[in-house]
Amino acid sequence: MKAVKILGTGCRNCQTTRALVEEVAQALGVAIELEKVERMEDIMRYRIMATPGVVIDGVVVHSGGIPERRTVESWFHTAE
Amino acid sequence: MRQLVLLVTLAVIWLFSYSHLTTIADALIAAMQLTRATPLGEAVHFFCYETPKVLLLLLGIVFVMGVIQTFFAPERTRALLAGRRLGIGNALAATLGIVTPFCSCSAIPLFIGFITAGVPLGVTFSFLIAAPMINEIALALLLSLFGWQVAALYLGLGLLVAISAGIVIGALKMEQYLQDWVRAIHYGEDAAPQQNDGLALDWTARLAAGNQHVREIVGKVWLYVVIGVGLGAAIHGYVPENVLVSFMGREVWWAVPAAILLGIPMYSNAAGIVPVVQALIAKGAALGTTLAFMMSVIALSAPELLILRKVLRWQLIVTFVGVVATGILVVGYVFNWLL
Repeated sequence: MKAVKILGTGCRNCQTTRALVEEVAQALGVAIELEKVERMEDIMRYRIMATPGVVIDGVVVHSGGIPERRTVESWFHTAE
Repeated sequence: MRQLVLLVTLAVIWLFSYSHLTTIADALIAAMQLTRATPLGEAVHFFCYETPKVLLLLLGIVFVMGVIQTFFAPERTRALLAGRRLGIGNALAATLGIVTPFCSCSAIPLFIGFITAGVPLGVTFSFLIAAPMINEIALALLLSLFGWQVAALYLGLGLLVAISAGIVIGALKMEQYLQDWVRAIHYGEDAAPQQNDGLALDWTARLAAGNQHVREIVGKVWLYVVIGVGLGAAIHGYVPENVLVSFMGREVWWAVPAAILLGIPMYSNAAGIVPVVQALIAKGAALGTTLAFMMSVIALSAPELLILRKVLRWQLIVTFVGVVATGILVVGYVFNWLL
């Protein structure tokens, strides 16, 4: 089980990113626990400078813009 | 290598289409059995000529901008700006505001990232004003509908507004008007600083980023372009000449401030507004007045102010709006006076 956090205040890019992460995890059969962090105070604890951000098991793996599918897949591959 | 061939091929197609726009529009008009002598013919010709022109320029500029932006990740820009003094810092911040990727939903993380890294408040504001105001969409549209002179003037005066507004805000020493939670911010245990300055990318990744930028931006605004040019075309064909001179002409001194006030609550992107603005000008509205309106719509938008309200107290918001509006006011009058 991987703990995935999507950091973003709810703009369209954040929603797209969330959907993409869910989809890729499901396609690869990786079990994830998805959490959406929407409070700006909480988001800023991760020191990102652009939303959406993605945190996997406490590590920031992405910030700013929608990640490419290839990139998302690599997050889950390295984990196995 | 395959990528390079593709890029060159696309560039050639782009150049060819761009140099044959009039021919294509004329052919389309002829095929529809219209002539430019009638209002309908003029409107349709305008639409058939301007829509592909704007879209082609948009594609080209957005792609190039997407590639340039890979060199300026926000983290790198922040490192370049940390500890800079007022003046040089503001000029650098405004310039970096053009080439650093920015969307208004990221305004707060960026703002806090800058402030906590020791970028002075005034310098941060120069960045925050330039980033949305001088964007590739506005530049592409101004370039295609007004020519390079006006696009360059917009760029230069936009920079000037961002730099001077930032200097003024910095000189006012308003740090105490940040929201308390921003001033109290300290990074938690789980903060993981990442090395992400964008310098490690290879060219394949940079070109892919340009491509991604095109899909994101052009995919979002093409419809506004079509609608905007459509409206512009209707104005071109049907609104009589000089009808706007009496209340939007350069002799009307109150037109510039009125345009700015009108622009603040409005929220649109450059793609929708520039074609309309261009058509208005052709009918006698003054360039300075209409550009001030456009700057106000883009740089001072109510939704953006609501976002900033989360990190700034109202005193600082009011100062921000006041200083930027004054800057745009000056720009509007200068444009009217120059052209």
